[in-house]
Amino acid sequence: MEKVGLYPGCSLKGSSREYGESVVALARVLGLPLEEIKDWNCCGASSAHAVSKELSLALPARVLSLAAAQGYKELLVPCAACFSRLKTTQHTLMGDDERRKKIEDIIGAEVGGVKILSVMEWLEKYAIDAIKEKMNHPIKARVACYYGCLLVRPSGVIKGDRVEDPQSLDNLVKLAGATPIDWAFKTECCGGGMSIAATETVGKLSAAVMEDATHRGAKAIVVACPMCHSNLDMRRPYINKNMEKATDVPVLYITQLLGMACGLTAEEVSVGRHFVNYKEEEICQK
Amino acid sequence: MSEKKSISTHVKSTSGVDVSHCYQCGKCTAGCVQAERMDYPPQYIMRLLQTGSEENYEKVLRSRSIWVCLNCENCYERCPQSIDIPHVMDMLREESLKRGIAHKDASKIIAFHRSFLSQIKNTGRLWEVGMEAEYKLRTMDLMQDVKLVPSMLSKGKLSILPEVIVDKAAVKKIFDRTVGVEKEK
Repeated sequence: MEKVGLYPGCSLKGSSREYGESVVALARVLGLPLEEIKDWNCCGASSAHAVSKELSLALPARVLSLAAAQGYKELLVPCAACFSRLKTTQHTLMGDDERRKKIEDIIGAEVGGVKILSVMEWLEKYAIDAIKEKMNHPIKARVACYYGCLLVRPSGVIKGDRVEDPQSLDNLVKLAGATPIDWAFKTECCGGGMSIAATETVGKLSAAVMEDATHRGAKAIVVACPMCHSNLDMRRPYINKNMEKATDVPVLYITQLLGMACGLTAEEVSVGRHFVNYKEEEICQK
Repeated sequence: MSEKKSISTHVKSTSGVDVSHCYQCGKCTAGCVQAERMDYPPQYIMRLLQTGSEENYEKVLRSRSIWVCLNCENCYERCPQSIDIPHVMDMLREESLKRGIAHKDASKIIAFHRSFLSQIKNTGRLWEVGMEAEYKLRTMDLMQDVKLVPSMLSKGKLSILPEVIVDKAAVKKIFDRTVGVEKEK
Protein backbone atom coordinates (compact mmCIF):
# COMPACT_ATOMS: atom_id res chain seq x y z
CA MET A 1 0.00 0.00 0.00
CA GLU A 2 1.37 3.37 -1.02
CA LYS A 3 2.01 5.91 1.71
CA VAL A 4 -0.63 8.60 2.07
CA GLY A 5 0.57 12.09 2.99
CA LEU A 6 -0.87 13.69 6.11
CA TYR A 7 -1.58 17.40 6.38
CA PRO A 8 -2.45 17.84 10.06
CA GLY A 9 -2.93 21.62 10.02
CA CYS A 10 -2.47 23.86 13.03
CA SER A 11 -5.43 22.76 15.16
CA LEU A 12 -4.29 19.15 15.19
CA LYS A 13 -0.93 20.31 16.57
CA GLY A 14 -2.53 22.61 19.15
CA SER A 15 -5.95 22.84 20.73
CA SER A 16 -7.27 19.74 18.92
CA ARG A 17 -4.19 17.60 19.22
CA GLU A 18 -6.29 14.62 20.34
CA TYR A 19 -7.69 14.51 16.80
CA GLY A 20 -4.20 14.33 15.31
CA GLU A 21 -3.05 11.79 17.89
CA SER A 22 -6.08 9.59 17.29
CA VAL A 23 -5.66 9.71 13.50
CA VAL A 24 -2.07 8.51 13.87
CA ALA A 25 -2.99 5.89 16.50
CA LEU A 26 -5.81 4.53 14.35
CA ALA A 27 -3.58 4.38 11.25
CA ARG A 28 -1.05 2.41 13.28
CA VAL A 29 -3.49 -0.14 14.67
CA LEU A 30 -5.09 -0.64 11.24
CA GLY A 31 -1.75 -0.86 9.45
CA LEU A 32 -2.37 2.12 7.16
CA PRO A 33 0.82 3.84 5.96
CA LEU A 34 0.64 7.56 6.73
CA GLU A 35 3.37 10.19 6.80
CA GLU A 36 3.20 13.87 7.71
CA ILE A 37 4.27 16.09 4.82
CA LYS A 38 7.29 18.28 5.49
CA ASP A 39 7.38 22.01 6.17
CA TRP A 40 3.64 22.59 5.70
CA ASN A 41 2.12 25.97 6.43
CA CYS A 42 -1.29 27.03 7.76
CA CYS A 43 -4.09 26.96 5.15
CA GLY A 44 -5.43 30.33 6.30
CA ALA A 45 -8.60 28.67 7.65
CA SER A 46 -11.57 30.95 8.32
CA SER A 47 -9.53 34.15 8.35
CA ALA A 48 -7.65 34.40 5.05
CA HIS A 49 -10.74 34.25 2.85
CA ALA A 50 -12.41 37.01 4.86
CA VAL A 51 -9.52 39.34 4.13
CA SER A 52 -8.02 38.46 0.76
CA LYS A 53 -9.07 36.00 -1.92
CA GLU A 54 -5.54 35.72 -3.29
CA LEU A 55 -4.10 34.95 0.13
CA SER A 56 -6.83 32.36 0.71
CA LEU A 57 -5.78 30.58 -2.48
CA ALA A 58 -2.01 30.97 -2.20
CA LEU A 59 -1.62 29.50 1.32
CA PRO A 60 -3.39 26.19 0.50
CA ALA A 61 -1.71 26.16 -2.92
CA ARG A 62 1.70 25.98 -1.24
CA VAL A 63 0.51 22.98 0.78
CA LEU A 64 -0.81 21.19 -2.31
CA SER A 65 2.41 21.95 -4.10
CA LEU A 66 4.56 20.57 -1.25
CA ALA A 67 2.54 17.35 -1.09
CA ALA A 68 2.92 16.78 -4.84
CA ALA A 69 6.61 17.70 -4.86
CA GLN A 70 7.28 15.32 -1.95
CA GLY A 71 5.87 12.50 -4.04
CA TYR A 72 2.47 11.88 -2.49
CA LYS A 73 -0.44 10.94 -4.73
CA GLU A 74 -2.99 11.28 -1.94
CA LEU A 75 -3.18 13.72 0.95
CA LEU A 76 -5.24 13.04 4.07
CA VAL A 77 -6.65 16.26 5.54
CA PRO A 78 -8.50 15.40 8.76
CA CYS A 79 -9.40 18.98 9.75
CA ALA A 80 -12.65 20.00 8.07
CA ALA A 81 -11.56 23.63 7.69
CA CYS A 82 -8.23 22.70 6.07
CA PHE A 83 -10.04 20.13 3.93
CA SER A 84 -12.48 22.77 2.74
CA ARG A 85 -9.76 25.35 1.98
CA LEU A 86 -7.59 22.84 0.10
CA LYS A 87 -10.53 21.48 -1.89
CA THR A 88 -11.77 24.99 -2.69
CA THR A 89 -8.31 26.05 -3.85
CA GLN A 90 -7.84 22.99 -6.03
CA HIS A 91 -11.33 23.38 -7.49
CA THR A 92 -10.81 27.09 -8.21
CA LEU A 93 -7.37 26.72 -9.73
CA MET A 94 -8.21 23.66 -11.84
CA GLY A 95 -11.04 25.57 -13.48
CA ASP A 96 -9.15 28.82 -14.08
CA ASP A 97 -5.78 28.62 -15.84
CA GLU A 98 -5.08 32.32 -15.62
CA ARG A 99 -5.58 32.38 -11.87
CA ARG A 100 -3.61 29.17 -11.43
CA LYS A 101 -0.64 30.69 -13.21
CA LYS A 102 -0.87 33.79 -11.07
CA ILE A 103 -1.00 31.79 -7.83
CA GLU A 104 1.83 29.51 -9.01
CA ASP A 105 3.86 32.61 -9.68
CA ILE A 106 3.16 33.87 -6.15
CA ILE A 107 4.16 30.60 -4.47
CA GLY A 108 6.99 30.00 -6.93
CA ALA A 109 5.98 26.40 -7.64
CA GLU A 110 3.45 24.28 -9.50
CA VAL A 111 0.31 23.35 -7.59
CA GLY A 112 0.27 19.76 -8.89
CA GLY A 113 -2.64 17.39 -8.66
CA VAL A 114 -2.53 15.54 -5.35
CA LYS A 115 -5.82 13.86 -4.43
CA ILE A 116 -7.28 15.34 -1.24
CA LEU A 117 -8.97 12.91 1.15
CA SER A 118 -11.22 13.68 4.12
CA VAL A 119 -10.89 11.34 7.07
CA MET A 120 -14.08 9.57 5.97
CA GLU A 121 -12.86 9.14 2.39
CA TRP A 122 -9.54 7.79 3.67
CA LEU A 123 -11.23 5.27 5.97
CA GLU A 124 -13.79 4.21 3.35
CA LYS A 125 -11.04 3.61 0.83
CA TYR A 126 -8.46 1.84 2.97
CA ALA A 127 -9.84 0.83 6.36
CA ILE A 128 -13.15 -1.00 6.06
CA ASP A 129 -11.72 -4.54 6.04
CA ALA A 130 -9.11 -3.71 8.67
CA ILE A 131 -11.74 -2.27 11.02
CA LYS A 132 -13.91 -5.38 10.61
CA GLU A 133 -10.92 -7.54 11.35
CA LYS A 134 -9.61 -5.61 14.37
CA MET A 135 -12.93 -4.67 15.96
CA ASN A 136 -12.94 -6.29 19.40
CA HIS A 137 -14.55 -3.72 21.64
CA PRO A 138 -17.91 -2.67 20.16
CA ILE A 139 -19.25 0.75 21.08
CA LYS A 140 -22.81 -0.25 21.91
CA ALA A 141 -24.43 3.15 22.11
CA ARG A 142 -26.75 5.44 20.25
CA VAL A 143 -24.62 8.21 18.80
CA ALA A 144 -25.33 11.35 16.80
CA CYS A 145 -23.05 11.76 13.78
CA TYR A 146 -22.48 15.47 13.39
CA TYR A 147 -20.99 16.56 10.04
CA GLY A 148 -21.30 20.32 10.31
CA CYS A 149 -20.74 22.43 7.21
CA LEU A 150 -17.36 22.07 5.62
CA LEU A 151 -17.18 18.30 5.17
CA VAL A 152 -20.25 18.33 2.94
CA ARG A 153 -20.74 21.83 1.50
CA PRO A 154 -20.61 23.17 -1.12
CA SER A 155 -21.37 19.85 -2.79
CA GLY A 156 -20.08 21.10 -6.15
CA VAL A 157 -16.60 21.39 -4.62
CA ILE A 158 -16.61 18.60 -2.04
CA LYS A 159 -18.29 16.08 -4.37
CA GLY A 160 -18.67 13.54 -1.61
CA ASP A 161 -21.50 12.61 0.65
CA ARG A 162 -25.23 13.30 0.39
CA VAL A 163 -25.41 16.94 1.27
CA GLU A 164 -28.54 17.26 3.40
CA ASP A 165 -28.42 13.82 5.01
CA PRO A 166 -24.85 12.54 4.78
CA GLN A 167 -24.12 8.92 5.64
CA SER A 168 -20.35 8.42 5.69
CA LEU A 169 -19.87 8.87 9.46
CA ASP A 170 -23.07 6.92 10.12
CA ASN A 171 -21.73 3.96 8.16
CA LEU A 172 -18.38 4.11 9.98
CA VAL A 173 -19.90 4.18 13.47
CA LYS A 174 -22.05 1.17 12.52
CA LEU A 175 -18.82 -0.72 11.81
CA ALA A 176 -17.78 0.09 15.38
CA GLY A 177 -20.98 -1.43 16.72
CA ALA A 178 -22.75 1.86 17.47
CA THR A 179 -26.24 2.90 16.40
CA PRO A 180 -26.36 6.23 14.57
CA ILE A 181 -29.52 8.19 15.33
CA ASP A 182 -31.65 9.90 12.73
CA TRP A 183 -31.71 13.59 13.59
CA ALA A 184 -32.24 17.06 12.16
CA PHE A 185 -29.02 18.94 12.90
CA LYS A 186 -26.43 16.77 11.12
CA THR A 187 -25.28 19.61 8.89
CA GLU A 188 -26.34 22.74 10.78
CA CYS A 189 -23.57 25.18 11.67
CA CYS A 190 -22.18 25.22 15.23
CA GLY A 191 -20.69 28.70 14.83
CA GLY A 192 -17.45 27.52 13.25
CA GLY A 193 -14.47 29.80 13.66
CA MET A 194 -16.33 32.36 15.78
CA SER A 195 -15.51 30.62 19.06
CA ILE A 196 -13.35 33.51 20.25
CA ALA A 197 -14.84 36.53 18.49
CA ALA A 198 -18.52 35.66 19.07
CA THR A 199 -18.64 33.13 21.90
CA GLU A 200 -22.27 33.80 22.87
CA THR A 201 -23.43 33.13 19.31
CA VAL A 202 -21.48 29.88 19.26
CA GLY A 203 -23.20 28.94 22.53
CA LYS A 204 -26.62 29.47 20.98
CA LEU A 205 -25.95 27.71 17.67
CA SER A 206 -24.18 24.78 19.31
CA ALA A 207 -26.96 24.47 21.91
CA ALA A 208 -29.47 23.92 19.08
CA VAL A 209 -27.29 21.05 17.84
CA MET A 210 -26.89 19.52 21.30
CA GLU A 211 -30.60 19.98 22.12
CA ASP A 212 -31.73 17.89 19.15
CA ALA A 213 -29.07 15.21 19.61
CA THR A 214 -29.70 14.72 23.32
CA HIS A 215 -33.48 14.95 22.94
CA ARG A 216 -33.29 11.99 20.56
CA GLY A 217 -31.25 9.95 23.01
CA ALA A 218 -27.68 10.24 21.71
CA LYS A 219 -25.10 9.12 24.26
CA ALA A 220 -22.24 10.71 22.34
CA ILE A 221 -21.74 13.11 19.46
CA VAL A 222 -19.32 11.92 16.77
CA VAL A 223 -17.46 14.55 14.74
CA ALA A 224 -14.62 14.92 12.24
CA CYS A 225 -13.99 18.65 12.59
CA PRO A 226 -11.87 20.44 15.21
CA MET A 227 -14.10 23.52 15.20
CA CYS A 228 -17.26 21.47 15.73
CA HIS A 229 -15.45 19.62 18.49
CA SER A 230 -14.15 22.59 20.37
CA ASN A 231 -17.46 24.43 20.06
CA LEU A 232 -19.49 21.48 21.37
CA ASP A 233 -16.90 20.43 23.98
CA MET A 234 -14.85 23.39 25.22
CA ARG A 235 -17.79 25.81 24.88
CA ARG A 236 -20.16 23.52 26.81
CA PRO A 237 -20.74 26.07 29.62
CA TYR A 238 -22.04 28.53 27.00
CA ILE A 239 -24.16 25.77 25.44
CA ASN A 240 -25.67 24.74 28.75
CA LYS A 241 -26.81 28.31 29.40
CA ASN A 242 -29.02 27.90 26.33
CA MET A 243 -30.26 24.35 27.01
CA GLU A 244 -33.52 23.41 28.66
CA LYS A 245 -31.50 20.95 30.74
CA ALA A 246 -27.70 21.04 31.02
CA THR A 247 -26.06 18.14 29.22
CA ASP A 248 -22.86 16.17 29.82
CA VAL A 249 -23.02 14.10 26.62
CA PRO A 250 -19.43 13.80 25.35
CA VAL A 251 -18.11 14.65 21.89
CA LEU A 252 -15.76 12.15 20.23
CA TYR A 253 -13.78 12.27 17.03
CA ILE A 254 -14.61 9.43 14.64
CA THR A 255 -10.98 8.34 14.89
CA GLN A 256 -11.24 8.08 18.69
CA LEU A 257 -14.43 6.04 18.51
CA LEU A 258 -13.05 3.67 15.86
CA GLY A 259 -9.72 3.43 17.68
CA MET A 260 -11.38 2.35 20.90
CA ALA A 261 -13.59 -0.13 19.02
CA CYS A 262 -10.40 -1.61 17.58
CA GLY A 263 -8.86 -2.13 21.00
CA LEU A 264 -6.96 1.10 21.61
CA THR A 265 -7.32 2.45 25.14
CA ALA A 266 -9.02 5.75 25.93
CA GLU A 267 -5.56 7.11 26.70
CA GLU A 268 -4.13 6.00 23.37
CA VAL A 269 -6.78 8.02 21.55
CA SER A 270 -6.41 10.97 23.98
CA VAL A 271 -10.01 11.32 25.16
CA GLY A 272 -8.58 12.73 28.39
CA ARG A 273 -7.90 15.99 26.57
CA HIS A 274 -11.62 16.76 26.31
CA PHE A 275 -13.49 19.12 28.61
CA VAL A 276 -16.64 16.97 28.79
CA ASN A 277 -15.65 13.61 30.24
CA TYR A 278 -16.11 10.45 28.27
CA LYS A 279 -17.56 7.70 30.45
CA GLU A 280 -16.83 4.31 29.02
CA GLU A 281 -19.53 2.51 30.97
CA GLU A 282 -22.23 4.75 29.45
CA ILE A 283 -20.98 4.58 25.90
CA CYS A 284 -20.57 0.83 25.89
CA GLN A 285 -24.10 -0.01 27.00
CA LYS A 286 -27.07 0.04 24.72
CA MET B 1 -27.36 53.04 -15.76
CA SER B 2 -23.61 53.24 -16.03
CA GLU B 3 -23.32 53.23 -12.22
CA LYS B 4 -25.56 50.18 -12.10
CA LYS B 5 -23.41 48.42 -14.62
CA SER B 6 -20.17 49.31 -12.95
CA ILE B 7 -21.19 47.93 -9.53
CA SER B 8 -22.59 44.65 -10.80
CA THR B 9 -19.55 44.35 -13.06
CA HIS B 10 -17.32 45.05 -10.08
CA VAL B 11 -19.04 42.34 -8.00
CA LYS B 12 -18.85 39.92 -10.90
CA SER B 13 -15.26 40.62 -11.83
CA THR B 14 -13.97 40.38 -8.24
CA SER B 15 -16.09 37.45 -7.04
CA GLY B 16 -17.02 35.80 -10.33
CA VAL B 17 -20.62 35.67 -9.12
CA ASP B 18 -23.56 37.16 -11.03
CA VAL B 19 -26.03 38.46 -8.42
CA SER B 20 -28.50 39.43 -11.14
CA HIS B 21 -29.58 35.77 -11.23
CA CYS B 22 -31.25 36.12 -7.83
CA TYR B 23 -35.07 36.20 -8.03
CA GLN B 24 -35.63 36.81 -4.33
CA CYS B 25 -37.09 33.43 -3.34
CA GLY B 26 -35.68 33.80 0.16
CA LYS B 27 -34.38 30.25 0.54
CA CYS B 28 -30.96 31.58 1.58
CA THR B 29 -32.46 33.59 4.42
CA ALA B 30 -34.70 30.71 5.49
CA GLY B 31 -31.70 28.43 5.98
CA CYS B 32 -29.32 31.02 7.42
CA VAL B 33 -28.48 30.39 11.08
CA GLN B 34 -27.21 33.97 11.40
CA ALA B 35 -30.11 35.78 9.68
CA GLU B 36 -31.58 36.85 13.02
CA ARG B 37 -28.29 38.54 13.91
CA MET B 38 -27.96 40.32 10.58
CA ASP B 39 -29.11 43.85 9.74
CA TYR B 40 -29.94 42.73 6.19
CA PRO B 41 -30.58 39.03 5.52
CA PRO B 42 -28.68 37.42 2.61
CA GLN B 43 -31.55 37.72 0.14
CA TYR B 44 -31.76 41.47 0.83
CA ILE B 45 -28.01 41.85 0.36
CA MET B 46 -28.46 40.30 -3.08
CA ARG B 47 -31.27 42.77 -3.83
CA LEU B 48 -29.24 45.77 -2.67
CA LEU B 49 -26.39 44.71 -4.95
CA GLN B 50 -28.80 44.22 -7.84
CA THR B 51 -30.01 47.82 -7.65
CA GLY B 52 -26.48 48.80 -8.60
CA SER B 53 -26.53 52.14 -6.82
CA GLU B 54 -23.32 53.20 -5.10
CA GLU B 55 -25.43 54.21 -2.10
CA ASN B 56 -26.81 50.69 -1.69
CA TYR B 57 -23.42 49.16 -2.33
CA GLU B 58 -21.98 51.20 0.50
CA LYS B 59 -24.91 50.22 2.71
CA VAL B 60 -23.92 46.59 2.15
CA LEU B 61 -20.24 47.27 2.80
CA ARG B 62 -21.14 49.00 6.06
CA SER B 63 -23.53 46.23 7.17
CA ARG B 64 -23.13 43.88 10.10
CA SER B 65 -24.40 40.99 7.94
CA ILE B 66 -21.21 40.53 5.95
CA TRP B 67 -19.21 40.02 9.17
CA VAL B 68 -21.55 37.71 11.07
CA CYS B 69 -21.86 35.40 8.03
CA LEU B 70 -20.18 32.13 9.03
CA ASN B 71 -19.54 30.84 5.51
CA CYS B 72 -21.45 27.71 6.42
CA GLU B 73 -22.39 27.43 2.72
CA ASN B 74 -26.05 26.57 3.37
CA CYS B 75 -27.35 29.46 1.24
CA TYR B 76 -25.16 28.52 -1.72
CA GLU B 77 -26.04 24.86 -1.45
CA ARG B 78 -29.77 25.53 -1.42
CA CYS B 79 -29.91 28.42 -3.89
CA PRO B 80 -32.03 27.37 -6.90
CA GLN B 81 -29.87 29.70 -9.01
CA SER B 82 -26.59 28.39 -7.56
CA ILE B 83 -25.45 31.86 -6.52
CA ASP B 84 -22.29 31.58 -4.45
CA ILE B 85 -23.39 34.00 -1.72
CA PRO B 86 -20.58 33.08 0.75
CA HIS B 87 -18.07 33.98 -1.92
CA VAL B 88 -19.78 37.32 -2.48
CA MET B 89 -19.62 37.84 1.29
CA ASP B 90 -15.84 37.25 1.16
CA MET B 91 -15.47 39.82 -1.58
CA LEU B 92 -17.64 42.31 0.32
CA ARG B 93 -15.57 41.91 3.48
CA GLU B 94 -12.39 42.46 1.52
CA GLU B 95 -13.83 45.61 -0.06
CA SER B 96 -15.25 46.87 3.24
CA LEU B 97 -11.82 46.55 4.84
CA LYS B 98 -10.15 48.25 1.88
CA ARG B 99 -12.47 51.22 2.23
CA GLY B 100 -12.16 51.21 6.02
CA ILE B 101 -15.92 51.25 6.55
CA ALA B 102 -16.53 47.96 8.40
CA HIS B 103 -19.44 47.89 10.88
CA LYS B 104 -18.44 48.72 14.46
CA ASP B 105 -19.87 45.41 15.74
CA ALA B 106 -17.33 43.65 13.54
CA SER B 107 -14.34 44.96 15.46
CA LYS B 108 -13.78 41.76 17.46
CA ILE B 109 -14.20 39.56 14.39
CA ILE B 110 -11.75 41.67 12.40
CA ALA B 111 -9.31 41.71 15.32
CA PHE B 112 -9.53 37.92 15.37
CA HIS B 113 -8.75 37.64 11.64
CA ARG B 114 -5.83 40.07 11.90
CA SER B 115 -4.36 38.28 14.92
CA PHE B 116 -4.80 34.91 13.24
CA LEU B 117 -3.09 35.97 10.04
CA SER B 118 -0.20 37.80 11.66
CA GLN B 119 0.77 34.56 13.47
CA ILE B 120 0.88 32.73 10.16
CA LYS B 121 2.84 35.47 8.54
CA ASN B 122 5.49 35.32 11.26
CA THR B 123 5.92 31.57 11.69
CA GLY B 124 4.10 29.90 8.78
CA ARG B 125 1.65 28.27 11.17
CA LEU B 126 -1.00 29.36 13.60
CA TRP B 127 0.34 29.62 17.14
CA GLU B 128 -2.84 29.79 19.18
CA VAL B 129 -1.23 31.26 22.31
CA GLY B 130 0.33 34.08 20.32
CA MET B 131 -2.93 34.67 18.48
CA GLU B 132 -4.90 34.88 21.74
CA ALA B 133 -2.38 37.33 23.19
CA GLU B 134 -2.49 39.55 20.12
CA TYR B 135 -6.28 39.35 19.98
CA LYS B 136 -6.54 40.45 23.61
CA LEU B 137 -4.28 43.42 22.94
CA ARG B 138 -6.25 44.39 19.85
CA THR B 139 -9.62 44.19 21.65
CA MET B 140 -8.32 45.12 25.12
CA ASP B 141 -10.61 42.35 26.38
CA LEU B 142 -7.84 40.97 28.53
CA MET B 143 -9.97 38.72 30.73
CA GLN B 144 -11.72 36.81 27.96
CA ASP B 145 -11.32 33.04 28.35
CA VAL B 146 -8.69 33.48 31.06
CA LYS B 147 -10.54 30.87 33.11
CA LEU B 148 -9.92 28.33 30.35
CA VAL B 149 -6.14 28.64 30.46
CA PRO B 150 -5.32 26.31 33.39
CA SER B 151 -7.49 23.48 32.06
CA MET B 152 -6.25 23.94 28.52
CA LEU B 153 -2.70 23.72 29.78
CA SER B 154 -3.38 20.62 31.84
CA LYS B 155 -5.07 18.96 28.84
CA GLY B 156 -2.06 19.76 26.69
CA LYS B 157 -4.10 21.96 24.36
CA LEU B 158 -1.79 24.97 24.50
CA SER B 159 1.69 25.02 23.06
CA ILE B 160 4.00 27.30 24.99
CA LEU B 161 6.26 27.83 21.99
CA PRO B 162 5.30 28.34 18.34
CA GLU B 163 6.15 25.82 15.65
CA VAL B 164 8.16 27.64 13.02
CA ILE B 165 8.47 26.18 9.55
CA VAL B 166 11.85 25.98 7.84
CA ASP B 167 10.93 28.02 4.79
CA LYS B 168 9.06 30.76 6.59
CA ALA B 169 10.36 33.22 4.00
CA ALA B 170 8.11 31.48 1.45
CA VAL B 171 5.04 32.22 3.54
CA LYS B 172 6.18 35.79 4.21
CA LYS B 173 6.50 36.21 0.44
CA ILE B 174 2.96 34.93 -0.08
CA PHE B 175 1.67 37.60 2.32
CA ASP B 176 3.71 40.35 0.72
CA ARG B 177 2.53 39.44 -2.76
CA THR B 178 -1.17 39.08 -1.85
CA VAL B 179 -2.24 41.39 0.98
CA GLY B 180 0.85 43.56 0.53
CA VAL B 181 2.85 45.31 3.19
CA GLU B 182 0.68 48.33 3.89
CA LYS B 183 -2.61 46.53 4.57
CA GLU B 184 -1.45 44.08 7.15
CA LYS B 185 -2.19 46.16 10.27
